[in-house]
Amino acid sequence: MSAPRPSIELAQAVRSGARAAVDVVGEHLAAIEAGDGAVHAFNLVTAEQARDQAAAVDRMVAEGGDPGPLAGVPIALKDNLCTRGVPTTCSSRILEGWLPPYDATVVTRLRRAGAVVVGKTNMDEFAMGSSTEGSAFGPTHNPHDTSRVPGGSSGGSAAAVAAGFAPLALGSDTGGSIRQPAALCGVVGMKPTYGTVSRYGLVAFASSLDQIGPLATTVADAALLFDVIGGHDPADSTSLNRPSPRVLSVLDDGVAGLAVGVLTEFLEGAAPDVVARVREAAEACAAAGATVQEVSVPVVHLGLSAYYLISPGEASSNLARYDGVRYGLRVDAEDTVAMNTATRSAGFGAEVKRRIMLGTYVLSAGYMDAYYNQALRVRTKTIEGFDAAYACCDVLLGPTSPTTAFPLGSKTGDPLAMYQSDVCTIPSNLAGHPAISIPFGPGDDGLPVGVQVLGPALSEGTLFRVAAVVEAAAPPLLPLGSAGEVRS
Amino acid sequence: MAGPARLTRDEVVHVAALARLELTEEELDLFTVQLAKVLDHAADVSFLDLAGVPMTSHALAMTNVLRPDEVQPCLDRDEVLAQAPSVEDHRFRVPRILGEAP
Repeated sequence: MSAPRPSIELAQAVRSGARAAVDVVGEHLAAIEAGDGAVHAFNLVTAEQARDQAAAVDRMVAEGGDPGPLAGVPIALKDNLCTRGVPTTCSSRILEGWLPPYDATVVTRLRRAGAVVVGKTNMDEFAMGSSTEGSAFGPTHNPHDTSRVPGGSSGGSAAAVAAGFAPLALGSDTGGSIRQPAALCGVVGMKPTYGTVSRYGLVAFASSLDQIGPLATTVADAALLFDVIGGHDPADSTSLNRPSPRVLSVLDDGVAGLAVGVLTEFLEGAAPDVVARVREAAEACAAAGATVQEVSVPVVHLGLSAYYLISPGEASSNLARYDGVRYGLRVDAEDTVAMNTATRSAGFGAEVKRRIMLGTYVLSAGYMDAYYNQALRVRTKTIEGFDAAYACCDVLLGPTSPTTAFPLGSKTGDPLAMYQSDVCTIPSNLAGHPAISIPFGPGDDGLPVGVQVLGPALSEGTLFRVAAVVEAAAPPLLPLGSAGEVRS
Repeated sequence: MAGPARLTRDEVVHVAALARLELTEEELDLFTVQLAKVLDHAADVSFLDLAGVPMTSHALAMTNVLRPDEVQPCLDRDEVLAQAPSVEDHRFRVPRILGEAP
């Protein structure tokens, strides 16, 4: 059986002339208009440009041309991806009103593939957060239950896909910011191998960890989107100069003969209903011909600590550029240092300030060896730990998030509690490895559970094959808005 | 190895100055508690004996990337300057910088 692929079918209908891109895009803009008041997935809806772009796609089809594999498919972009002449805020006051003078490479590739950008999605400020409550423009609500968070930091992108505002979205993942919101919103989200997708035009948070990746309603749609955005880009010096793995073409190859390891440490801290879903997914892999065993990678316990030393360190350096000189907010003062300080103090929110402070501290003389350098050594041990596991397993399986979506406001007063929701996603970023989250039915509270498949560098083909088998076995999610009834 | 001492409020004040952030008294109190909590959690990393383990700053092997030194199109100057808070004679304008503390 072939995996479901709504975006791919939509593009085929547009390319064949069976459907007009303007109608497809118009329907999605109408859905946003009707539903985004309750969800707040978008910082900006680019309705007029989207209609113009859709009309251009239709003209090309009428003239006998092929607009590409994503012809007429609406896509939502996280608001840290630069779009020329279109506001890109990172959900921060410090970049409010900024119009980037260039497009991110992924945006250029999407347009060449015929995709139509419908808007820029809400996020935790500068992608620092796990609930989208860190946005300067107010939180996004989970479409399954608007009293719950959508996860973060790509919460707007995940919510937009879950709510049917766009069948595809892009997010960025530094410590789980694609996969965790995908899990909490019941959609597919994938972090590629570091270097397979260009970061040119992605506003930097922690440069050695950041990767752009796809969110979609199905595994096949995410596969196509990854194929479109991946590949070498000379504009990003960390872009791998080798062919990106192609995944759509291998999607239906099955898992017979693959070795799947269930990652013990990820199960230990997870809620019982989430653990049960992971075990069901493992059974589905076994039923499809894979061998399944439990595997331990003890060093992943240290991932959270290492990440919250490394990523703030890199962030404190990257965010030094917001100084009120070249773009964004300026708060005037009598001299330049006072202006820099006034601008940054007014422009950054609390979590961004916390991370800049933490990063400045762990990089400062006297503390660098105890904290930052130790974290870099843990990073080495993390890679070695995964290498040992991948000597006997093709992929690892675990939860994406230890719990389902938590109530809005429940963790905002306790940063460390918020950080814990990334415990299962961070290790892949430290290692530079790919991982994908697939929705796997509701938990006991009726909210979506995400199952995560992890693999070694450049194993995207294998990862997507396993994801397709997991998806095919997944129990259906409850209809949007009905999770509350389950609990009452 | 021995771990560092607990974060103090004075250190938070110092770090804020380094990071060009001006914090309110309330923010200083809150951040001192919150950052100390995160650093306490990180003690599991700082106390580990990892002598001899190499540091990984980048997960995948990276090499210098070079290209021929040829003139290529760059960003449009006027478009870039149009985003600046203050511009004079095609340059970024900033307040006084002479006479300030180093």
